[in-house]
Amino acid sequence: MRNVVVVGYGMAGARLADEVRRRDPGGERVALTVLGDEPHPAYNRVLLSSVVAGSLTPDAVRLHAPDWAAKHHVDLRLGGAVTKVDRTRRVVHVDDTEVPYDALVLATGSRPWVPPTPGLLDGNGALAPGVVAFRSLDDCARIVAEASPGTPVAVLGGGLLGLEAARGLAGRGCLVTVVHPVGHLMERQLDAGAGRVLARTLQGLGIEFRLGTPASRYAPGEGLELADGTHVPADLVVVSAGVRAETALAEQAGLDVDRGVLVDDALRTSDPRVHALGDCAQHVGTVSGLVQPAWEQAAVLADRLTGVAPAARYAGTTVVTRLKARDVDLAALGDAHVEVDSPDAEVLCFQDPARGRYAKLVLRDDRVTGAIVLGAPDAAAAIVQLYDRGLPAPTDRLALLLGRALPAGAAEASPADLPASAVVCRCNTVSKGQLVTAWRAGATSLSAIADATRASTGCGGCRDAVCGIVDWLAASQPQSA
Amino acid sequence: MSIADGVVSPREFPTNRGGLCQKGWTSAELLTSPARLTTPLVRRDGDLRPAGWDEALDVVAAKLRALRAEHGPDSVGVFGGGGLTNEKSYLLGKFARVALGTSQIDYNGRFCMSSAAAAGLRAFGLDRGLPFPVADLGRADAALLVGGNPAETMPPFVQHLRGARLVVVDPRRTATAELATLHLQPAPGTDLALALGLLHTVVADGHLDEEYLAERTTGFDEAWRIAATWWPERVERVTGVPVADQRAAVRLLAEAENAVVLTGRGTEQHAGGTDTVSAWINLALSLGLPGRRYSGYGCLTGQGNGQGGREHGQKADQLPGYRKIDDPAAREHVKGVWGVDDLPGPGRSAYELLDALGQPGGPRALLVFGSNVVVSAPHSRHVADRLAALDLLVVADLVLSETAAVADVVLPVTQWAEESGTMTNLEGRVLLRQRAVAPPEGVRGDLDVLQGLATRLGQPAERFPTEPEVVFEELRRASAGGPADYSGVTYRRLRDGEALHWPVVAGGPAGRGTPRVFLDRFAHPDGLARFVPVEHRGPAEPPDAEYPLQATTGRVLQHYQSGAQTRLVAELNAAEPEAYVEVHPDTATRAGLAHGDRAAVVSRRGRTLARVRCVPSMRVDVVFLPFHYAGEGRANLLTNPALDPTSRMPEFKVCAVRLETV
Repeated sequence: MRNVVVVGYGMAGARLADEVRRRDPGGERVALTVLGDEPHPAYNRVLLSSVVAGSLTPDAVRLHAPDWAAKHHVDLRLGGAVTKVDRTRRVVHVDDTEVPYDALVLATGSRPWVPPTPGLLDGNGALAPGVVAFRSLDDCARIVAEASPGTPVAVLGGGLLGLEAARGLAGRGCLVTVVHPVGHLMERQLDAGAGRVLARTLQGLGIEFRLGTPASRYAPGEGLELADGTHVPADLVVVSAGVRAETALAEQAGLDVDRGVLVDDALRTSDPRVHALGDCAQHVGTVSGLVQPAWEQAAVLADRLTGVAPAARYAGTTVVTRLKARDVDLAALGDAHVEVDSPDAEVLCFQDPARGRYAKLVLRDDRVTGAIVLGAPDAAAAIVQLYDRGLPAPTDRLALLLGRALPAGAAEASPADLPASAVVCRCNTVSKGQLVTAWRAGATSLSAIADATRASTGCGGCRDAVCGIVDWLAASQPQSA
Repeated sequence: MSIADGVVSPREFPTNRGGLCQKGWTSAELLTSPARLTTPLVRRDGDLRPAGWDEALDVVAAKLRALRAEHGPDSVGVFGGGGLTNEKSYLLGKFARVALGTSQIDYNGRFCMSSAAAAGLRAFGLDRGLPFPVADLGRADAALLVGGNPAETMPPFVQHLRGARLVVVDPRRTATAELATLHLQPAPGTDLALALGLLHTVVADGHLDEEYLAERTTGFDEAWRIAATWWPERVERVTGVPVADQRAAVRLLAEAENAVVLTGRGTEQHAGGTDTVSAWINLALSLGLPGRRYSGYGCLTGQGNGQGGREHGQKADQLPGYRKIDDPAAREHVKGVWGVDDLPGPGRSAYELLDALGQPGGPRALLVFGSNVVVSAPHSRHVADRLAALDLLVVADLVLSETAAVADVVLPVTQWAEESGTMTNLEGRVLLRQRAVAPPEGVRGDLDVLQGLATRLGQPAERFPTEPEVVFEELRRASAGGPADYSGVTYRRLRDGEALHWPVVAGGPAGRGTPRVFLDRFAHPDGLARFVPVEHRGPAEPPDAEYPLQATTGRVLQHYQSGAQTRLVAELNAAEPEAYVEVHPDTATRAGLAHGDRAAVVSRRGRTLARVRCVPSMRVDVVFLPFHYAGEGRANLLTNPALDPTSRMPEFKVCAVRLETV
C-alpha cells in the first residue's frame, strides 16, 4: 500500500482524489490523505462567475458531498496550514502534526496578483476596505453582498475572468467599469479588432471600459484614479489582474521552481517522490491556470500513483478559451495573432462590429491553427471541433467562418421549378413526375391523387406540397373555350 | 391495417392515425412472394435440400438429444426476436428452459431497446416504452427527440409530434431533424455529455422543478455534482453543440406547459447506452416531466413487438411477466404455472451468446427464431465464423435469410397475416392480430414447430399448445403478479376493441388497464423516481490516425431490420436497392471518391462496400451506413461489439473507420 499525501483540496487536488479512487475504489493500492487549508469542502472555481452572476448558489458548486471522504476512504483534513515539507524524513508538517508520505503531491494552486496601485492594500498588506479579489468562494460571497443594483463597481483587469465577473455584476444591475492597462481586452487571446468588437458588445450590455490606462490610486469610498487623470467611481473594486502560482512550500522544500513548480511529463518535481499539478505546476514552460490541464494531469498522475498505467505521460493540453458570459459568444484558440497577408498561413477575417460579429481563422496545411470567433455561436462550435480533432477544414471556408450567419439557400422552389424526379412524398417514394402522370390520368383532387399514388398517406407532411402541385397543374391547364 | 384480396388498407388507430408508409402498403407482397419457403430444408452433402417436416424435426431432435447427453443442457442455445408475437416469445422461453433445460437463451431485442429498458428500470422501477398513451404526445407543446428518426422508421408516428416544438438530437441532419424547430448535432458518442450539459443549464437558468424534486424523486444531489462539472462551454467543446443551442433547447422544454423527452436507438446503442438514457431521464426529472399528465419520458420501440418481446421470457435474465429470473419468488411462481421442479438461471446476453458458439463451454447448437444475426449482429464476420463452428444451426424463418442460408436445418414458418397472436405496442397496449389469410401449403406456425420439437424431446404435447389463445391463457397466469401483468387481458376483450395497457390485473383495481403508469407513484417501493449519477465516457473506439472517421448506422424508410423481407419487395428494393455510405463531399474528395462511386469503408473488424452519397450536411468526420444490406454491404462488418456493462448492448452507433477507393 502506497501512502499518498495531497497538499491542496482545490479543483486539482479534488480531481486527483476522484481519479485515484476511480482506479482504486476500495483503497487497496493507495492510502490517500488530502490536506486543505480552506475550512470548507472543495468547490468548482470555474463556476464562480455563475455564482457572481446569481445563476448558481454557492452550495451548487461544491465538488463533493459532505460524506465524500468517508465513503471513498480518504483521510481529509481541512483548515490546517501545511507549514513545511521534510523531504529527508518524508513527512509533511500540518500545524503541530506530522503526516508521513511515500509520494507527495503539491496541488497548492495559485493566488491572485494585486497590481502595485497605491491604496489597494492596507498597512498590513491585506486588501483595503472595498477591495475584493475574484478567486475564492468567500470572495464571491463578499462581492455578492456588496453588489446591489445601482452600485458602482470597478473591475481591475480586462482578461477572461475579469470580463466574466463584469458580465455577472452587470446582470445584477451594478454600474460596472472595467479598467484595463492594455489597449484592448483579452490581449493574450484576441487581436485588436476582436477586442474592439468585444468591448462594443459588452458596452451594449451596460459595461463601461477604460482601456490603455492603468489605475494610479485607490481611495475607499471614492474609487479609482487612473493614470490619464480621469476618475472611476467605485464602492467596490474587484481585482482580477491575473494569478501567480503558489510555490512557497516548494521553494521552502528546496524543489526547483521557476514561475511554477517545475515538473516533467510524469508530473515529477526535481524530487521524484514529490509531484505537482494544476495551477502551481510548470510543465514545459507553461503555467496554465486553467482547469482542463489540471484535470488531464490528474488522470495521468492517478494512472501512475495507482500503478494502473505506470508509464502514463502528460503531453500538454490544447487550450481553447471560451468566455462564459451570458449573451456573449466568444471562442479563441491557438495562435490567432497572425496578419491577414501573412505569407505562411491562410488567414480569413470578417468584421461586423454593428452586429457584434468578428471571425478570424488561421489555417496551415488545411488545418485550423488559430481562430477568434465572436458572435457566431455555431461557427465557434464547428471550428473548435476541427481544431481539437485535427480535422482538415471544409473547402467552403466562408460557410465555416460564418456558420448560420451565412444567408440560407434560395427560397423554396415552386412546383414548376421542381424536376420530375424530385421525391415529394418521402414515406411512399412518390416523385413529382408520378403525381403529374396521375393528375393527367384524372386524379385531379388531393384525395384522388392520394388514392392513386399513396402520396400524403404516411406522415402527411407532404400534404401542402401535393396540394401545391395539384393547384399548379390546374392553373397551368389551358382554359377550355 | 387490414388485408382483403391481397390488398392492404390502413385503419384509423391511435398509433398510426390512419397512415401507412411504403413498407405497410407493400407488405402483402411478401405473403405471395416466390421467395417464400414452403418446405423444410436439411443440409445434406453440403447443400440445403427439401425435406419433410417429420424428417427435419427428427434430425434436429436427434442432434439436440445427443449434444445434451454428451455436453449438458447448456450446449444448446436459443436466439429469439422482437418481432415474434407474445405467444411465441413466451413459448420460446418456456421451450428453452423446460424442454431444453438450457439457460442459453437471448434475443435480438438485446440489440434494440435493452439500454432504455435498463435505464427505465433504474429510474422508475418499471420499463414500459411509453408509460402513457401515444395519443398523449399530441398534447405536448415541446418534445426532445434523441437519436430517433421516425420520419423514416415509422412515418405515421410523426403526426403525433406535429403540434409540438421539436428539438431533435442526431449527428446527422435526418428527415426528422428537417422537421425540427431546433436540431442539435453532437459528435457520435457524446450524447451523454450533452445530456449532462442540458441538466446543468436547467439549473443555471433557473428551470429546476424543486417542488417536484422534493415530492417525487430522490438522488438529485449526486447527479447534480457530476452535471455541475459539465458547464455549457465544456459541453460545446466535447459535443460540438453550440452553447446558444443548448440554452435554446432547455428554454423550449422548460417553457412548455407539457413536454416530453423521447429516446431512440441512436442514443441507446452504445457501450455507455444505459448511462446515456439515465442522463436523459435525469433531464426529464429535473424539469418535473415524468408521471405528469401529457408530459414525461418514453422510448420509441424498435421492432414490431419490441415491448411485448422483452416481457415474457426470451431474454436471458427474465421470466414471463417481466419477472427477474434470479428472484426466488418469481421462480417459484413460474415453476408452479409450468409444473416443473427446477429452472435454469440467467444465461449469456445476445452478443456474448453468439461469441461463445462453438467455443469451449459455449453452445454447440443454436435455434434461431425471427432473427437474421448474420446481418444484424455487430462484428458480423466474427458472428458468421461462430455460426460456422456449430454442430447444428436451426433457423425458423419465412424466407431464406442470410442466416437461414448457412443453417443445417431451415423450418418455413408463417408470417403476420397468416397467424393469430398478440403484440404489445410502444405504449404498452396489448393488440390482437388475427389471422386473415391461410398460410401456403407446407408452412407451419412457430408454435407448431416448438411443440413438434418438444414432444420429440420427451415433453407432453399439452405443455406446448399450438393454439395461440391457449398459449395466451397460460401467459396470463404466468404473468399474474409480475410487473407486466396481463392476467386481466383476454382475446375476447381485445376482439371487443378494448384499449388495454398493462398492467391489467384480473379482478384488481387495474382491471381496466393502466394507460398512465406513473401518475400517482413510480414503481420503486418508496414510490419515488431515482436520479442516477452518471458520467460521460465517450466512444469505446475513438478515431485515430489509421481510422480517422466515425461510422454510424441506421435505417432507411423502405427497409426493415436486416432487410431479409423488404429487399424481396420489388417496389421497396427499387427505391433503395443497395448499400450506400453518406459522406461529406470534402471527405469523399479527400478519399479520392465522388458521388456515385463504390467505396470501401474499413474498420478494425472488417470492410464494407457501399455506394458513395455526398451529403453536405454531414460532419466531415462522420459517415453513415444503413444496416439493411447483406453480403459485402453489411454495415455490421464494421461495428464494434464493445458491450454496455448493464444492458449488454453492443456499440452499434459509433466505431472508427476509414474510406478507401475500390
